[in-house]
Amino acid sequence: MKHLLSIADLNLQEAIGILDTATELSRINDGQIKKLPTLRGRTVVNLFAEDSTRTRISFEAAAKRLSADVINFSAKGSSISKGESLKDTAMTLQAMGADAVVIRHSASGAAQRLADNQWMSGAVINAGDGTHEHPSQALLDAFTIRKHLGKGSSDLQGLHVAIVGDILHSRVARSNVLLLALLGAKVTLVAPPTLLPIGIKKWPCAVSYDFDSVLPYVDAVMMLRVQQERMTELFFPNAREYSRYYGLNAERMRTLKPAALIMHPGPMNRGLEISAEVADSARSVITEQVSNGVSVRMAILYVLLAGSSLDVGSF
Amino acid sequence: MNVVLSAEDISRALTRISHEILERNHGSTNVAILGIPTRGAHLALRVAEIMAKIEGTNIPCGTLDITLHRDDLRLRPPRAIMPTLIPQSGIEGRDVVLIDDVLFSGRTIRSALDALGEVGRPKTVQLAVLVDRGHRELPIKADFVGKNLPSSLDQSVRVSLTEIDGRDEVVIESRKQP
Repeated sequence: MKHLLSIADLNLQEAIGILDTATELSRINDGQIKKLPTLRGRTVVNLFAEDSTRTRISFEAAAKRLSADVINFSAKGSSISKGESLKDTAMTLQAMGADAVVIRHSASGAAQRLADNQWMSGAVINAGDGTHEHPSQALLDAFTIRKHLGKGSSDLQGLHVAIVGDILHSRVARSNVLLLALLGAKVTLVAPPTLLPIGIKKWPCAVSYDFDSVLPYVDAVMMLRVQQERMTELFFPNAREYSRYYGLNAERMRTLKPAALIMHPGPMNRGLEISAEVADSARSVITEQVSNGVSVRMAILYVLLAGSSLDVGSF
Repeated sequence: MNVVLSAEDISRALTRISHEILERNHGSTNVAILGIPTRGAHLALRVAEIMAKIEGTNIPCGTLDITLHRDDLRLRPPRAIMPTLIPQSGIEGRDVVLIDDVLFSGRTIRSALDALGEVGRPKTVQLAVLVDRGHRELPIKADFVGKNLPSSLDQSVRVSLTEIDGRDEVVIESRKQP
């Protein structure tokens, strides 16, 4: 593995390799050691051309715990806001000797473009490109599910996960469907027809418009944020109606299996797709997803950066 | 291929090492055993078990993975990380005995000392190995050795243990010509 651009590029062995590495690293994070010398002398650039709290901080914490040097770079306050192209930005980073670039961009395929061209030689990690993919989020979600429900097995065979809400604008949904399917879990997408992308039939998952009929059968329910900033048309009549049909509230929560997990990639619209009561309930693993994110991103950096760059192998 | 230690030889060597550890540390009260994965971890469990039998008390035993502290990480493809399990009682102020299967260049042990430093500050650190094959690249020496095995650099020493390989055996063989 040289880059992490898309879950579609991973095979089962690589995916499980990252999850297993993250498991060992999380054990270290839970203990008294918070810093490891593994990536000393390597430079990781966080190139965030779109707003982010969790992902950027998480990658920064992950890189620092492995002793890499971190350079943060956001669109606001950099030359990107003056209109510098991705190519020129990449060549600048290359000139500064970046070993890895973590890129978040509003254009789908931005990470792929950075990796395909010879603008820079470092590893490219996709931290969310438009409505395409967000592989590190999918890996941390799978990690969280495996930790709670995996019963010691390495994959997610036999589990059923519902992904609910704004699938159309969600890069998290696409990455999650691909990864969960790769790991052997059954996935059901739940959304109003207007919020499902074209070509959804080709995805390796089931689709339902009826939230209540799916809830009692799933082992984990992943709520997606309604991405109002990407909505240029009217996708549902109003927020109250959306919330009534597709929001997870306390009443719906009671129909879930007793051990079922409630997940959300954040940031949450409390009161829209998830009620505050549910988000703060004991079944919600939403803050745990954030701490698992650091371990998973450490694992990604380890796999991409720790080995030799000439002889790139996998586990 | 040449078998240098049989199952019985390995068992006798581990029993002797266990006695030597107890003798050196005047009993087991302050001792903690840490095995270096993969095979060292299994050897550590065996040694702790033998010591427990002799002393009639439990011996704290764990594993210490050194992957993240290796100095050759950049020379090879990434390696899988193995578990680090520090015993409940910790290692602070203890006499820690590191256990590995083969002592060769000494680089694994250097990494282990670094990894140990992250966990705490033991009173002493001692080293027990099943086989010492020589060719040290660092000033490191084992305190307890199962068998000294003078070897040439174009030979390889292979340790098999029942827990992983289905049988106990140490063989020395000529490295296959590339």
